[in-house]
Amino acid sequence: MAETASATHVRHGSSIGQPLTRRDGVLKVTGQARYAADNHPPGMLHAALAVSSIARGRVTALDIAAARAHPGVVEVMTPANRPPLALDPDAKTGPFVFRMEVLQDDRVRYAGQPIAVVIAETLEAATEGAALLAPRYAAEPVEAGLDAADVFVPEMVGPGAPAREGYGDVEAGLAAAARRVEAVYETPAQYHNAMEPHAVVAAWEGDRLTLDTPSQGLAWAQDRIAGLFGLPPENIHIRSPFLGGGFGSKGVISGPQVLGILAARLVGRPVKLVLRREQMYGPVGHRAPTRQRLRIGAGEDGGLTALDHQVRTATSRFDDFIEPAGSVSHTLYAAPAIAIGYDAVRLDTGTPLFMRAPGEASGSIALESAIDEMALACGMDPLEFRLRNYAEVEPISGKPFSSKALRDCYAQGAARFGWAGRPLQPRQMRDENGLLVGWGMGTATFPALMFHGQARAVLRRDGTGLAELGAQDMGQGAWTALAQLAADSMGLELDQLEFRAGDSRLPDAGIAGGSAHTATAGAALHNAGAEVIARLAELAMADRRSPLFGAGNAGVVARGGSLLRRDDESRGESYGEILARAGLEEIEGRGSGAMDPAVQEHYATHAHGAVFAEVKVDPELGQIRATRLVGAFAAGRIVNPRLVRSQYYGGMIWGVSFALHEQAVMDKRTGRVMNANLGEYHVPVNADVPSLEAILVDEVDPHVNPLGIKGVGEIGITGTAGAVANAVWHATGVRVRRFPIALEELALAGAE
Amino acid sequence: MNRFDYVRPASIAEAIAAAAEPGSAYLASGTNLLDLMKGNVVRPARLVDLNHLPGLDGIELLPDGGARIGARVRNADLAYHPEFSRRFPAVAEALLSGASAQLRNAATVGGNLLQRTCCAYFYDPASACNKRDPGAGCDARGGENRLHAVLGWSERCIATHPSDFCVPLAAFGAVVEIEGQFGRREVPLEEFHLLPGETPERESVLAPGELVVALRLPAEAAGFAAHARYVKLRERTSYAFAVVSAAAGLRLENGVIAEARLALGGVAAKPWRARAAEAALAGARPDAASFRRAAEAALAEAAPSGDNAFKIELARRVAARALLLAAAGTPERLPALPASAFAPVPGASLHG
Repeated sequence: MAETASATHVRHGSSIGQPLTRRDGVLKVTGQARYAADNHPPGMLHAALAVSSIARGRVTALDIAAARAHPGVVEVMTPANRPPLALDPDAKTGPFVFRMEVLQDDRVRYAGQPIAVVIAETLEAATEGAALLAPRYAAEPVEAGLDAADVFVPEMVGPGAPAREGYGDVEAGLAAAARRVEAVYETPAQYHNAMEPHAVVAAWEGDRLTLDTPSQGLAWAQDRIAGLFGLPPENIHIRSPFLGGGFGSKGVISGPQVLGILAARLVGRPVKLVLRREQMYGPVGHRAPTRQRLRIGAGEDGGLTALDHQVRTATSRFDDFIEPAGSVSHTLYAAPAIAIGYDAVRLDTGTPLFMRAPGEASGSIALESAIDEMALACGMDPLEFRLRNYAEVEPISGKPFSSKALRDCYAQGAARFGWAGRPLQPRQMRDENGLLVGWGMGTATFPALMFHGQARAVLRRDGTGLAELGAQDMGQGAWTALAQLAADSMGLELDQLEFRAGDSRLPDAGIAGGSAHTATAGAALHNAGAEVIARLAELAMADRRSPLFGAGNAGVVARGGSLLRRDDESRGESYGEILARAGLEEIEGRGSGAMDPAVQEHYATHAHGAVFAEVKVDPELGQIRATRLVGAFAAGRIVNPRLVRSQYYGGMIWGVSFALHEQAVMDKRTGRVMNANLGEYHVPVNADVPSLEAILVDEVDPHVNPLGIKGVGEIGITGTAGAVANAVWHATGVRVRRFPIALEELALAGAE
Repeated sequence: MNRFDYVRPASIAEAIAAAAEPGSAYLASGTNLLDLMKGNVVRPARLVDLNHLPGLDGIELLPDGGARIGARVRNADLAYHPEFSRRFPAVAEALLSGASAQLRNAATVGGNLLQRTCCAYFYDPASACNKRDPGAGCDARGGENRLHAVLGWSERCIATHPSDFCVPLAAFGAVVEIEGQFGRREVPLEEFHLLPGETPERESVLAPGELVVALRLPAEAAGFAAHARYVKLRERTSYAFAVVSAAAGLRLENGVIAEARLALGGVAAKPWRARAAEAALAGARPDAASFRRAAEAALAEAAPSGDNAFKIELARRVAARALLLAAAGTPERLPALPASAFAPVPGASLHG
């Protein structure tokens, strides 16, 4: 394991790179991990949302008397009695501040919008009270679907990228092309559907608020709530030790969480509010549908001459989040001309939001399908075609990649899968039962980002250490991976380290999103560890009684709870000895982590991968099954291969879901999602994913950040969805461009 | 969920008396009823709990080769009963293709017969549904109806019956034993469920208070054991309702079909026995051409009720497939993926 350039004391110790099991695993499997909704402070009441069944209009009547009369109901919160907020919830005070519906008026702007909150002694009473409200509405006509009338060109997409990007002359490139592919791909609205619904347990004590609520970004949440209630952020204490999944939907505080806080304010008692599954299909974000038109040109030699990626997507009528589906085309393939553009329609839906691999997931399935179509048009193997158009520098920026082991991913994935010898033409392979067999591939990519994070590291006289920061474990294993990073940075074995996270009183570790958490929080921990070790070393080296006295020029090494002279490791002493002699109980260091602007200026930073899929299709019935998936991913330093593999598996399964299963079925007459439950909103079951393999491709990134860490949380979906779609085409010869692929489109293709 | 009375009867007679009161519903395992109550789709005033009644949970193998199954037998217990699944392999296969393992461990035989439709508009109290609220209209018409009925539907209702289990039961002539205030009666399963017509709220022949106590498979049903299959087309490998499904059984004599059974699932408000197809197969050779003709006959009266014309052709193909698989012979063991197109095919390849 390489030493990092900046911190001479760090030799990566025994933790980083180890496939440790989750430190919180036993807690979770024995039910002892305390999730937000597991909290029951004394005197707590239960709140239930009443939500709108229309998508646009006004609430004209609620039978509040009936709800109040129900035994156990304590209070009904409506716009008439909702406690005041210090800030208009519709004020757009920043790009990541989303407008929310917290009973500010009687308007309904999407189906499933909260229109009242019933607070009761029991969940059952609150739920029945909500049903008894029997709302009446003045409904207005609804805009639903990507053909809606209100089309606009957004100013920016995703987290702030321009809506028009590119270089070169795409039309000229297309005109000059020997082969052209033009195709339109459609992806549906999808919902995050974390296992754990959004939940909040809110307890006020004067103007201090304690919250148990899942949050992917504690400091953001704290600031948002502080702003809404006109309180200093430090008055808001958020505990979020575990999240049952977030996928972006817990990245910002949502309206229902604020309603729980308001309900507690109204009744003067702690209140718990947990969304029902169907209530997660409205106020907590979704992945917007897209319609993507790709035009690609290639020369006789298979080299791209132009790539045009135009995205139509949707946002709500009252706020903007534009699914950045064109962003993959920035990055993946070299072309002399690239154009990326967007427009969007305004619909009567909740505002879309970041959803795992936002942009890249939707864009990847379209781009990878189109590239596959072009490979065929050029008579080239899809892998050969991708290698022919390999981007040596990032196409959109011309910057070199900080590292890019994609060729290794292609090679290792293809070898493991057995890609060689794949017939170029579709419908050439059958299994022993006569089922059609197809092989497809896709390139995976996701940017390596960093946010801002801070951490604190403490060494104690008893030889143990403490590392703490407000980091988020949402199932990805941050409790474990970050502890591994902290232990090595502090020269401790993992079992000597106490690790604390998931609390807003701890240093702000940034948001667990953008696949950037390990890099960001890890860098903060690394630097905090470096600082505490440096301070300890100063103590020792200045002390004539220490064997480290005068070691300054040679430096010291921190390992196993001791500092050792770098030039003679037989000379050293334990942390405890140093602290004891100095009369200190403990010593602390603080550190922060963020992307170095110079790195951003000089390098494009992305993780990459290659995914190979096998599917089988029944030729008469159209029944599809992914039978084999091999992904090979290069994402810089791998902190914990077991957890990383788990992230890749999860992403790859989501890719299968994207290609074959997942969609919100909306009744366009009403703007309502008709399958707002996990029975009918299909995600793969175990039997849909028989064989998964994720190869961790070696990649040393000397630039991206001192630890060389990229991110692994989101890349798995990208590449996979396209690989599965391409495999379905290869099996059947039918190119389905609307996802998820419906079995009848395969079975009845070409039928009368 | 509304407040309701809970009654725990000590005998079938007590249960029937309690359930005959208006607003009552029987509770077995509740895998469907409790969901409906939580969603305010149904709001019974009284639940009559059958879980403590004696005598409803036996699987009796009758000496004549038939079987009698208590209404409270769990789906999984029935499917994994070795002798039952040997005699009625397509029934076991259908059971194991339904719902999820967790649901099958809880759900009962009687409850399976009486489960409500999977129509999203029925499940959604904000939508118009003649089944839930007679006369309210049907929002499934003109709505998201890709998986709705293609046989036996009416302008008032296009919902389907979601059961897998009931499909082979219809094919193989199962009989439902019913007890009520006025005594015991028996109804062929094929006649147990009602088509919607003008009264989609009436889903079965049961009168108020009547209780399904048992299900009988006649001895002749076991005569198809060597050639009986269930095939289910679905959008994921488990825990999904059928897009279309079919149960088929053949009695072969001297290389010719002596008798055939065929029923379709996911196509109508009831499991759809395809008697015309069965008649077309009698005396025919068990080959693809015969099976395709039979499938055509089975769907002769089909018509799309919305955006679901594709189901008609897929139903033909599933019917033909089930017959082809039945002709190939019941596998020694139930396949690991019951009723799946991906289950290995005994003997030769199905597809050229």
